[in-house]
Amino acid sequence: MSRPLVEVEDLSVNFVTRESDVRAVNGVSFTMMPGEVMCMLGESGSGKSVTMRALMRLLPPKRSVITGKICIAGQDVQAMDHEALRRMRGSVVSMIFQEPMTAFDPVVRVGDQIAEVVSLHRGVSHKAGRQRALDLFDLVRIPSAQRRLDAYPHELSGGLRQRAMIALALSCEPKLLLADEPTTALDATVQIQVLILRRRLQQEMGMSVIFVTHDLGVAAEIADRVAVMYAGRVVETGPVRDLLRNPLHPYTAGLLASTVHDQPRDQDLKTIPGAPPDMRRLPPGCSFAPRCGFTTAACNAAMPPALTPAPGRLVRCLRAPAQQPELA
Amino acid sequence: MVMTSFGVEENDARDRGGPAQPLLIVNGLKKHFAIRGGVLGRVSARVRAVDGVSFSVRKGETLGIVGESGCGKSTVARLLMRLIVPDGGEQIFDGEAVGEPRGITVAEMRRQVQMVFQDSASSLNPRMPVQNSIAFGPIAFGTPKEEAIGMARELLVKVGLNPALFGGRYPHELSGGQKQRINIARALALKPRMIILDEAVSALDKSVEAQVLNLLQALKRDLKLTYIFISHDLGVVRWISDRVLVMYLGEVVEIGPADAIYNAPKHPYTRALLASRPALDPDNRREEAPVSGDPPNPINPPSGCRFHTRCAHAEAVCSAQAPRLGHADHGAHLAACHVEDAASGHSQAVRH
Repeated sequence: MSRPLVEVEDLSVNFVTRESDVRAVNGVSFTMMPGEVMCMLGESGSGKSVTMRALMRLLPPKRSVITGKICIAGQDVQAMDHEALRRMRGSVVSMIFQEPMTAFDPVVRVGDQIAEVVSLHRGVSHKAGRQRALDLFDLVRIPSAQRRLDAYPHELSGGLRQRAMIALALSCEPKLLLADEPTTALDATVQIQVLILRRRLQQEMGMSVIFVTHDLGVAAEIADRVAVMYAGRVVETGPVRDLLRNPLHPYTAGLLASTVHDQPRDQDLKTIPGAPPDMRRLPPGCSFAPRCGFTTAACNAAMPPALTPAPGRLVRCLRAPAQQPELA
Repeated sequence: MVMTSFGVEENDARDRGGPAQPLLIVNGLKKHFAIRGGVLGRVSARVRAVDGVSFSVRKGETLGIVGESGCGKSTVARLLMRLIVPDGGEQIFDGEAVGEPRGITVAEMRRQVQMVFQDSASSLNPRMPVQNSIAFGPIAFGTPKEEAIGMARELLVKVGLNPALFGGRYPHELSGGQKQRINIARALALKPRMIILDEAVSALDKSVEAQVLNLLQALKRDLKLTYIFISHDLGVVRWISDRVLVMYLGEVVEIGPADAIYNAPKHPYTRALLASRPALDPDNRREEAPVSGDPPNPINPPSGCRFHTRCAHAEAVCSAQAPRLGHADHGAHLAACHVEDAASGHSQAVRH
């Protein structure tokens, strides 16, 4: 069996300000094998984007306290110095952001931006970098690629900009691609094109992808595995089929039931009552307990341990069936 | 049933046309935004944001408007509220032309039509307790302050918030879902007959979105409201709407009963839009995108049928001639496509 590409153990991120201490991520653990596609599913404020940024050490160093272990391709990300981080970003791990307009430099032609990244990491000439950019634009199916290399970001439409962003992220053939809500801002007919493109590229290039989304439909289209986040914790993980058909955590079940998808019109939608907790004042026990229909005293006492009711599945809920405590 | 001051009187004096008269009729609504450029500020181009949109909404009905960004659906909402002035077309509210002699004034129309916006935070005054925000409209229309605040607190109960707990709070002390409930309460404060909801649930988390949708449906039943529900989310629109209107580049491409549109879409664009929804089933993933490319720029929309550049059935007639939606009885299922018109000359045109 090959080694995991990503190992995250007990990752916590605290944002410290003068007024308060925001516990954005509270003990996230997961591993990923090479070539795997994982979706991080969660609502706003659940800590999914912060986890992604921690993997690349993009969080502001003075205001964020990161604890736990992050290991990517056998290297400890927490221990890296500035130079090692520079080498890792782009060539081992790269990231696609939700809003490509702010991720590109607005006053440099997109072709030159890609060429710069390639020539820096690969040590090739700018001209060779431009050639690589052209190949990449063909790969992500940008029409009239040669002409589009000379476009500024604002001259591209939303779908093309997202494709150019993907080309930039793939320019140095990373082993791991982090995609933070990359299709949320796109129109429906464009979103499906980009999703299908990304699935094809992932299969051709064999890289691992972590895909952050709040959309169950996107997860169903693209993921091998899904990790559901709530209040800074992974509350459930599992293969996408099992998780969507047989959710074990009440939050996952509630999320599935409340997603509007051809429900009968004359009935009320099923909802999860209440709202996500304040990350400055998290309850001591299960953070979903205040909204859960099955809460008992034990739920409020302490955060439920991670259980593995079936191989490949993990759930943090005391009600999980056939409980087998995870082997330490 | 406890009769509050927000109950519905059996005979609403404002209902002039009777049940058969549609609450809103829109004919040929048009808005072209001028783009000025150069030193002299001459008009260099026009964005044809809304280009001849017609529809009607019956009393007690929910009309859903769907389309991608830039299709003009939000511009329609703003034109209906007269937040921007239309360049052409007429708007008839319960049998009376809006803003015309012998019709209904814009101010009077706005008392009866209210709007809820997408961004729940920026549509509330950050320096005003939310109950004052809700009471602001009635006070402006002459209700004494004490009474208006009392009504506002009653409305908070209606939208599921405890007035003792939430009435005195400021917007920044509320979550996104709670703020949107406040916006809905404020829209209800003038006892409107119609509410225009422009992407009102789009910014909310899924678990909160379902709560607000249920609330909207309950309020509609209790207060006999009529909704125009604008969204890009096809699932949500299907659940809430009686009829659906599909827009593409400033034009109506299809209109009809919700089930007819979703089960048997007629326009190729509607079919593409529906087929673009993620499948929610990992064993039946979409392999092929239904259409390629982005929606074209509305500054210079394609000639003829505006969808012909992305349509698999496009023929010469499609780029030469714009298809018409046609007229029929209220509730008919219509599509602006040459394939639907036997006399269009399209080789696949249906024969009647």
